[in-house]
Order: sequence, then C-alpha cells, then structure tokens
Amino acid sequence: MNRRRHRRLQLFRTIVLVVLGIFFLVPIGAMVEFSTRGVGINSPRTLSSFTSIFSYPDLTGAIVASLELAAITSAAMLLLLLPTMVWVRLRVPRMVRVIEVLCLAPLTIPAIVLVVGLAPLYQWININLSDSILTLGFAYLILVLPYAYRSLDAGLSGVDVRTLSEAARSLGAGWATVVSRIIVPNMSSAVLNACLLSVAVVLGEFTIANLLNFENLQVAIATIGRANAGVSIAVAVASLLFVFVLLLALSFVSRSGSRRRRVRVGVT
Amino acid sequence: MSSAAEPAGPPFRGRLRVPSWVGVVPFFVYVAAFLILPTAIVVGGAFAGTHGPSLTNISALTQPYILDSFLHSVVLSASSAVIGAVVGAVLAYAVASGAPNGVIRRVVTSACGVLSQFGGVTLAFAFIATLGGAGFITLWLQEHGVNIYANGVWLYQLSGLILVYTYFQIPLMVIVFLPALDGIRPQWREATSNLGGTSWHYWRHIAGPLLLPAFLGCLLLLFANSFSAYATAAALINQGGLIVPLQISNALSSEVGLAQANLASSLALAMVVIVVVVTALYSWLQSRTARWVR
Amino acid sequence: MTALVTQTDAAARSESRASVEVRLEDLRRQYGSVHALDGLNLTIGAGELVALLGPSGCGKTTALRLVAGLEDADGGRVVIGGRDVTLLPANRRDAGMVFQAYSLFPHMTARQNVAFGLRMRKVASRERLRRAGEMLELVGLAAQSDRYAHQLSGGQQQRVALARALAIRPSVLLLDEPLSALDAKVRSQLRDEIRRVQLEVGTTTLFVTHDQEEALAIADRVGVMRAGRLEQLAPPTTVYTQPATAFVAEFVGLTNRLSGVVRGGAVEVRGVRIPLIAAGGADGPAVALVRPEAVSLSAATDTATGPLLGTVIALAFLGASSRVTVDLGDAVVLVQIPTADAVAYPAGTRVRVALRLDPVLITRDDATVTP
Repeated sequence: MNRRRHRRLQLFRTIVLVVLGIFFLVPIGAMVEFSTRGVGINSPRTLSSFTSIFSYPDLTGAIVASLELAAITSAAMLLLLLPTMVWVRLRVPRMVRVIEVLCLAPLTIPAIVLVVGLAPLYQWININLSDSILTLGFAYLILVLPYAYRSLDAGLSGVDVRTLSEAARSLGAGWATVVSRIIVPNMSSAVLNACLLSVAVVLGEFTIANLLNFENLQVAIATIGRANAGVSIAVAVASLLFVFVLLLALSFVSRSGSRRRRVRVGVT
Repeated sequence: MSSAAEPAGPPFRGRLRVPSWVGVVPFFVYVAAFLILPTAIVVGGAFAGTHGPSLTNISALTQPYILDSFLHSVVLSASSAVIGAVVGAVLAYAVASGAPNGVIRRVVTSACGVLSQFGGVTLAFAFIATLGGAGFITLWLQEHGVNIYANGVWLYQLSGLILVYTYFQIPLMVIVFLPALDGIRPQWREATSNLGGTSWHYWRHIAGPLLLPAFLGCLLLLFANSFSAYATAAALINQGGLIVPLQISNALSSEVGLAQANLASSLALAMVVIVVVVTALYSWLQSRTARWVR
Repeated sequence: MTALVTQTDAAARSESRASVEVRLEDLRRQYGSVHALDGLNLTIGAGELVALLGPSGCGKTTALRLVAGLEDADGGRVVIGGRDVTLLPANRRDAGMVFQAYSLFPHMTARQNVAFGLRMRKVASRERLRRAGEMLELVGLAAQSDRYAHQLSGGQQQRVALARALAIRPSVLLLDEPLSALDAKVRSQLRDEIRRVQLEVGTTTLFVTHDQEEALAIADRVGVMRAGRLEQLAPPTTVYTQPATAFVAEFVGLTNRLSGVVRGGAVEVRGVRIPLIAAGGADGPAVALVRPEAVSLSAATDTATGPLLGTVIALAFLGASSRVTVDLGDAVVLVQIPTADAVAYPAGTRVRVALRLDPVLITRDDATVTP
C-alpha cells in the first residue's frame, strides 16, 4: 500500500476506534462507578450494593428462576430443534425451507407483538396447567429459535449428515443413537454455540416476563431499580459480566471448533 | 425409486419404515401453538368487535394520541437507524481496513456481538448511571459549571431514547455491514488508480455504488430493530405511551377489558405490517448485493 | 520482433502511442526485516515483453507494484519513457495493469469496465464507448460487451481486464500472474492471446509469473528472480540451455543432480567427462546439473554392472515424450526420451544410461544432493 495513504488510514482508524471506544465504555464504567458509590457525599467506595443483593429474596428468587429457565430453554431447544433439523435433512429435504422460514419468523415478529397473542394463551395455561414462572420456557423457546437455528444450521452444513447416518444405520444404529452418538459429536461446537446463545437470550429477556406478570431477573432488576438504584445496577453489572463471559467462552469454542474442522479436511 | 424386487435397499427402506412426516410433528405442533396461534390471536383480535368482526379497532388507530405514538416511533427508529448506520459503517470500515485476523478486528466484532444484544433494562440503567440526574457525566459536568439538563431532563424523552438506542444500533450495523465491506476487493481500488482514478473517483464510481444497496438494506434492518424494541424504553420511561410498544403495553396491562386488549392487537398488527414490509425490502436489497459480494 | 510489429494491423498500431522504454534502477523495498527487493536493475526495451519469473516471495510482484505506483520504493528509481515517475501516484503513471483475478468492477458491464479508464480521462461518452468496443473486439469479446463479470468465465474476465488495461493506451502494460487462477487449457490459450494482442499494440510489457512454462512461452526475455534480485535476464532459450546459476537451472525445467569431480575444466560424472558452461573454479568434488533430455537409455543385460547401469523404477507418459526414472543404486536419474523409445523400458528393466556431452553447470552445495 502507498505509504501516505497508509498513514492517513492509520490515523483515521485510531481516531474512530478511540472515540467509539469511549462512547461504548463510559456507560459501562459509569454503572460500575454508580454501583460502588457510598451513601453520603465524599464517602468511600463500597461494595455494599453487591453484597446486599442477597438480602432481597425477590431478587434471588428471580435469579434462580432465570437460570432455571435458561437451562430448560436450552435443553428443550436441543430436544425439539436438533432432531427435527436432522430428520428434515434426511427424510424430507423439501421441508428445509419451511422449517427455516418458521424458525427465522420470530425475528420479524417483535416480542412485544408476540406477547399480545401469548397473553390469552398464558391465561389459559396458568389456570389449567400451572402458574409457575417456568411456563415462560414455552415462549422463550420461540424467542431463541432464530439464533439456535442459525447456529445449528451452520454446524449441520459442515457435517455430511446423510452419509454419516446411513453409515451408522447400516452398522445397526437406531435413530436416537444416530443423532446423539454420531451427529452431535461432529457438530459439538455448533450445539454449544446454540445453547450459550439461548442462555444469553433468556437471561436478558424482559418484555414477555414483564407483560405476563412474571418476575424474572430483568423484571426484578427493573422493579428494585425504582427503590434502590445502587443494588439494581449492581445486579445489572453482574448479569452483564456473566453474559459477557458466556459469549467470550462462545467465541473461543467456535474458533477452536473451526480449527478442528479445517485440520480434518486437510487430512482426508 | 428402484423396483421392489431389490431386497437390500438403502438403510431407510427397512420394514420399520416410519412415514416421513412423523419426525416433524412435534416441531410443527409446538410452533403452531406458540408462534402461529399467538399471531392468529393478534390478527383476530385486531378485527374483533364486541359482536363479531369489525373494523373498530383498526379505526381506533387513528386517534390522535396513537398516531402521535406512531410518529414518535418512526422518528425514533429513523434517527437512531441513520445515526447507527452512518457511525456503524465508519466503524466497520475502520475494522475492515485493518488486518483480517488482527486483534482489533476480533475484539471489535466480539464486543459488537455482545453490545448489539445489549438492550433492555441493563442498557437503560447504564445510561441512567451515566447521564441520569445523579449520573457520572452529569455530576462531572456540573462540577465544571455545565448543566446538561438546563432545558429539561431530555434523557427520559424521545431525544434520550435516540441516544440510548444508538448504543445497540451501532454495533448491530458493524455486524451486518462488515460482510459487505469484506466483499470489496482491494484490486478494485488498485485498478481504479491504475486507470487514472483518484480516491474520490473510487468512492463515487466503484465502492459507493457497490456498497449502497447493502447500506440501505442494513439501514432498514436497524429501523426494524429499533421499531420493535420495547424493554429499553420501558425501563427508561415509566409512564405514558411515547412510542407504539409502550402503547401496546399500556393497552395490555389496562384493567378496562376487552376493548383495550383488542386495541393492543390492532397496534401489534400495525407494527408487524411495518416490520414485515421493512424486512422484505431489506432481503430484497441484500439479494441485490449478493450478486456481487461472493 | 520488429518484423512482426510492422506486419500487424495498421489500425491497431495507430491506436497505440509510440512504445517507450521502462527502466527499474536499483529498486529497493523492505517489509520489516525482509528485503522484498534488494537493488533490482532491469531495463525493458520499447515494445518488449519481459517476464519476471521466480518462486513466491522472490520480489517479482513487488517489482511490478512499484512500477504501477501501488507501493512506494525505499530507494531507487522507476523511469518510464525517460520520465522519472518514482514519486508519481498510481493514477498519474499511465500503467495499465491486469490482476490475478476478480479485478473487474462487478456492477459494470464488460464495455463499461473497459470504458472506465477513458471516463477518468474525461473522454467524451460516445468516443469512449467506441474505443471500448474496439478493445473488446481486439480481445475477441465483442459479443459479450453487455455482460457483467459474474456472467463471464474466468478466461473471459481476464480478457476484459486486458482490454480495460489497454484502453487507456498505457505506456507500460503490467500483468500480475493473470493466468494463475485459470484452468490449464484456458491458460495456454489466453497466454498466446495475450502475446498476440501485445505484439499487435506494441506496448512495453512486464509479465510476472511463477510458472516457468508460461514465462518461456510468452517472453522476449525472461528475468529469473531470487530473494529480491535478478539471477539471470536473457532470452528464454538461453535461460534454459545456459542457466547462469544453479538456482536458475533448477527453477527452470527439471534437473538431475549428479555428483562428480571437477578436473581440468570439465566435470567427471560416473566415469564420463562433461564440459562446463562456465569454465574456471577450483578442482574438487561438485554436483553436475544435467537436464533429463541430455540423458539417453539403451538396453542392458541383467548381469551387467557399472556406474552407468541401473533399473527402471517408473515410467510416466507426457504425450510425445516420456519420463523414465532410473535407479542407479546410489542415485536416481530422470530421463526424458520420445515415447516411442520409452515403451521398450517398462519398470524393472535393466538399462544403460548415457550422458550427452552438452556443457553443464556445476554447484558445490552438496547438502541438497537429491538421493
């Protein structure tokens, strides 16, 4: 590259990255600052907001509920979506498009719209089946469909599903064995990816829980925020950190996964 | 499709052959119950009256306070989309012009992945902690004699929402626009200068026209994204129906009854129509770019 | 060369400006601690086609990009037609360039691509479309004028790229491995096509490639590069028959490395005295570089022994000629002979090897003697 253009480009990149870096880091820094403030003016920094998280039973209950929902949703996603996707690829390829459209549909139907239609449904469920917060899992599974679908689809396209399953079945494996022992191990990083994304979506969900009057993590943060901003911001910081670590883990997982795939191609 | 005289067929033609539709039943039942049924309820509710079908709920959308909320939603979505798209495109270019596997690129794309999903309560609190009455920057500026709220507390109004929304719009733009930038080959710039073109010519005749459809497509995606966002606004603004999602939540949680529930449906339907139209335009523009960017 | 040019189409000739000489003087370019170019001197005569040949990383592409102005030199000068252009930006150099692949602007038709350079030169719309049409005709793509890049095959895309580079009547044409992304068959077709067009318009041309066959087939002179320097610059036949260095000998064409002893201006290999290309050098052990076609075979009895006797271990048909691999016990020799003769020596046959007394080059780096 031309030296003058190179220097100008470097300057431009530095300015852009620094300015936007500040824009994105300041609010997060401000949250940390806010949550460690003491009570009076000029009082020393304190972690009391963080330690008092556990003195709010509603909050701890909501945290537990959200974690349970995250686990349930991920598991249900795998049980429902993965066998369906494999089945469709093997047995009814013309349905692949239909499944894709249905899975990506929640992207064009905002959660706030979905909740309008879910409200009467949940009235019925809460009266006739259960009024547990865990019933939210049904709705959350819809929310995570697009993300999970994309991730699993990418994983499946890297595996020759047809050949692998035909080979396994010719050796006597049954359907469940094909999926759990042959397909999943060959796309483990995509499966993990889909799970982590689902967890992130569920932990961040507010709209549906709030409007269906369930108290999950985000709703609890919002409620407490009206009374004690310090504590709710402390929880927000903690949950943000948690999700960030989760996504960071995800980026490592997907990287090592792709490296392994490349090696495998090189060998064959 | 070979003859039945062939006993050892492919593995799936054994005697226990299950009809191929069986495997997709659980998925379709679930999706029908929790995606299609709710959507049908929304559509049905929008056209439901006290005595059979009616257009009352649709015409209720023309009430001034509802039209206002639509106007606000459009203004909020359009301005946060334009700001997000322009700033995001600049950031994406800064990233794309660096090393393809460099540290900066990895850090920025990972961070953008997180921040683009960083809506809702946490984001609202982040800005309250920054620019709220007791916020970090507010206090710091006050010490230096500047009162950013001399003309009212704008953070909890439309202009505040625009600022807060850019926080997830810019990262989203980076993620969706980077592939288009990566499709621009360095040879095109070099060929332009060999043929006598300047940097301006390159942007005007080559990179500009090539990136425009993708840029407009991403702009629409950003519009739809902020148009459907609810949590951030709900956490930041406690009362009132400034934008359509807040109107829907008001109508849903109102105690007045069926009329309000049906108003929520018609609001929701109107939203879906807008989002679907915008998304369809987006896909169309994307497919136009796909022809070049491979 | 001159005779060829005067025979060509007068119209095409009048389209192009007078050919000019291109000089690279002591060009230097460093990336970090790597010397991509280490004092490169090269003069390309007016209307001449010089091919720069070398392994990847030898600096040939850097040299080309310095002439184009796409990179800045750390030292030295680029002189085009007597004008020092070292400090001129790329867009004012008048260098037409054809890239490896994918360089066509994807949102423009073939015709618009070719006309682009003229548009930058503010040529009137009608005139530039006319000229673009002519150039496309020159490369045989008049019928595809209104196609977009993705509607053209790889070879057609490169023809359009050639037409685009020539449409601005450049003072120098730069070809950066233009054939490397194409199939073997299209490659040799387009190679001849490029040469035909180049002779027709008479533009001074620098052609960069890592493919020796390509360089030998197309160029007036071939420059073999290694580590940022020219090892040899000579007509193709000279480079092949009289390589200046062992590196050139081994990079251009196949070579057998046979160990021997230098004595009195000749090298003694397996009992045969072969004259040297470059006389001189001390007596002592050395490795002779012998071309496969300088070796011939004859039948031998199963019991015969000697330094020139061995067993055929492989036979590869290359069309008119075949390559026979012979194991001599302590060395393996490649032999290239007509296919008609080669069929007499299937694998396992005992054969006698004969070395032709063409002058050879020697090298003394025994470390890399082939087994």
